[in-house]
Amino acid sequence: MTQVEIIKAGLARRYARETRFRMYGLSSIVCGLAFLVFLLVTTGSNGYTALLQTHIGLDIHLLAEDFGDDRSRESLSKANYSGFIKEALRQTFPEVTKRKEKKALYRIMSGGAQYQLREKVMADPSLIGRSVTYWLLADDEVDVFVKGRIDRDVPEKNRRIKDITIGWVDRLAEDGRVEKRFNIPFFTAGDSREPEQAGIFGATMGSIFTMLVTMLLAFPIGVAAAIYLQEFAPKNRITDLLEVNINNLAAVPSIIFGLLGLAIFINAFGLPRSVPLVGGMVLALMTLPTIIISSRAALGAVPPSIREAALGLGASPVQTVLHHVVPLAMPGMLTGTIIGLAQALGESAPLLVIGMVAFIVDVPGGPLDPATALPVQIYLWSDSPERAFVERTSAAIMVLLLFLVAVNGLIVLLRKKFEHRW
Amino acid sequence: MNTLTDRITEDMSAPLDERQAAVAPNFDDPVLNPDFKTFGNVHVDDPAMTSRNVNVSYGDKQAIFNVSLDVGKNEVIAMIGPSGCGKSTFLRCLNRMNDTIDVCRVSGSIKLYGEDIYGKDMDVVLLRARVGIVFQKPNPFPKSLYENVAYGVKLHGLASSKSELDDIVESSLRKADLWKEVSDRLDKPGTGLSGGQQQRLCIARAIAISPEIILMDEPCSALDPIATAAIEELIDELRKQYSICIVTHSMQQAARVSQRTAYFHLGRLVEVGATDTVFTNPRHRLTEGYITGRFG
Repeated sequence: MTQVEIIKAGLARRYARETRFRMYGLSSIVCGLAFLVFLLVTTGSNGYTALLQTHIGLDIHLLAEDFGDDRSRESLSKANYSGFIKEALRQTFPEVTKRKEKKALYRIMSGGAQYQLREKVMADPSLIGRSVTYWLLADDEVDVFVKGRIDRDVPEKNRRIKDITIGWVDRLAEDGRVEKRFNIPFFTAGDSREPEQAGIFGATMGSIFTMLVTMLLAFPIGVAAAIYLQEFAPKNRITDLLEVNINNLAAVPSIIFGLLGLAIFINAFGLPRSVPLVGGMVLALMTLPTIIISSRAALGAVPPSIREAALGLGASPVQTVLHHVVPLAMPGMLTGTIIGLAQALGESAPLLVIGMVAFIVDVPGGPLDPATALPVQIYLWSDSPERAFVERTSAAIMVLLLFLVAVNGLIVLLRKKFEHRW
Repeated sequence: MNTLTDRITEDMSAPLDERQAAVAPNFDDPVLNPDFKTFGNVHVDDPAMTSRNVNVSYGDKQAIFNVSLDVGKNEVIAMIGPSGCGKSTFLRCLNRMNDTIDVCRVSGSIKLYGEDIYGKDMDVVLLRARVGIVFQKPNPFPKSLYENVAYGVKLHGLASSKSELDDIVESSLRKADLWKEVSDRLDKPGTGLSGGQQQRLCIARAIAISPEIILMDEPCSALDPIATAAIEELIDELRKQYSICIVTHSMQQAARVSQRTAYFHLGRLVEVGATDTVFTNPRHRLTEGYITGRFG
């Protein structure tokens, strides 16, 4: 056999191996994409209904004599709006007379409906004395039923919503008094025990403040540590030891960082519990090793010829690093920061330990207000028994994913900007 | 008067080779003879830089043995020799670029106009401003052409105004024979130039801060003959103002651009002399072997 024949004989096998290898790669990517699509589809199909909320239209006559003569805000806020709603319900269903049934009837409206009514009246006092159709929040059980998540063929004792209530809702629907409207409170309110009033805004703000603290601490500290270790630290046993420990820290379970934060920041330093400041500090500790490791790799990848060029011109080591090496390494450093922050954004375990799992209704106004974070909110809702929280859990996951995309997008933009400069 | 070489040179009556061979068969072997002395005159009158008994080692491995060499004013001195002979290492000692290598140790004395560059009083930043360097591979900063040339000037605060800086950039690019090609695109990145242009940009960058000596480490090894010719012309031009040490693998280049030539072999400086003499009438058999192409 000539040499050409030997090579030819082996060619088919070599190409087959190459094709096989490519197929492995392709199939793993397809597999990963399939899981991603599955995740997005299930989350989306469960969660999109949370964007709409069932409202019931009630003709309410706000009797002028019930408000008295005083039209000040204080007086308006004290009126018995719940009474008006009950009265309207009684008039819509005059056949309901028994005390027990009346109570059930009142429960088709949300506990928050009276506050909605109050807000409308306070915004426009001229409504007093007139009979107007108000669209107010329905109870979460009704909402779940209207959205078709409760099967009316299930025996009555096996479902939360009773036949009599279903009858009322059906009659309201026939009259065109049941409507699904955009769920504004979900995007503007904090947490609530009542699913129909619970919103994601409080947790989103908590996450934003937490991430701000994390980014402001972890990025400068991580980058500075990486620069020192990579460029200036003497190469000896101590730096070797440090390097090994930093690598190990990246693998420490996040809840340990939570315990560390509890022991140091809260118990030793006396910082308040449940606040984004402490949450951000804990997550910064968790993110630091990731940022340091990737920043060191980015610094190490800057060609030595650039360093030599600057040193040869008489730049001091610090000038060399700051003028040339760091700008060139910046895209790599930002990539590490993306990975670290994405990890931190989805982290809930350390936040549980430092008390950011508390039930907090108010939207936090700063990093020192008690708050919760998106992943913790998802955990809390997924743990709640009410059916209506199921869709909200999925919707919160979508918000978290959007937040993640936004944070990543921001850093990718930054990275692009640095890449463009060269 | 006890060393081999001393005894060899003691009695001046017999022919040199005979005297040497009579005393020690290895007299001219720079590696086997521990007392080997460089052939030719390492001294010049009125030197810019003087090196005496320089030894350099990387960790356990010694790279330079006992090298003494002067660099004269307004001269081009070429350092030639086979790969790994230590010529680049020696060059990098002259402005302490070897400081960046942790395991590198330098002993002996290197003086710039009488000042010890490894002494306590010498500031390495100032030294590198006075002794510039151009590397083998063109390494422009990934910034604009203007920034590349202006960087060193701004770094040392050598220009008091923007217009002065502009002038320095222009004159440096003119000296490096690059101005005509790039004057209309000074804001474009330096990395976008061709290899030869990049190397001339690096030279412009080095001369922008007006050093007293320019070290060139195989500046043409990655360039085509046309770019090489341009740079050689430039070196000849620059000699009027600066002293230049050039390391090169090309003996033709050494013969073309330099006034003196130093031949290195396995970390030893074997022979130094006027370029004409070294190339036409080498005194050491290793030098002769190298320049006639028998090895290297």
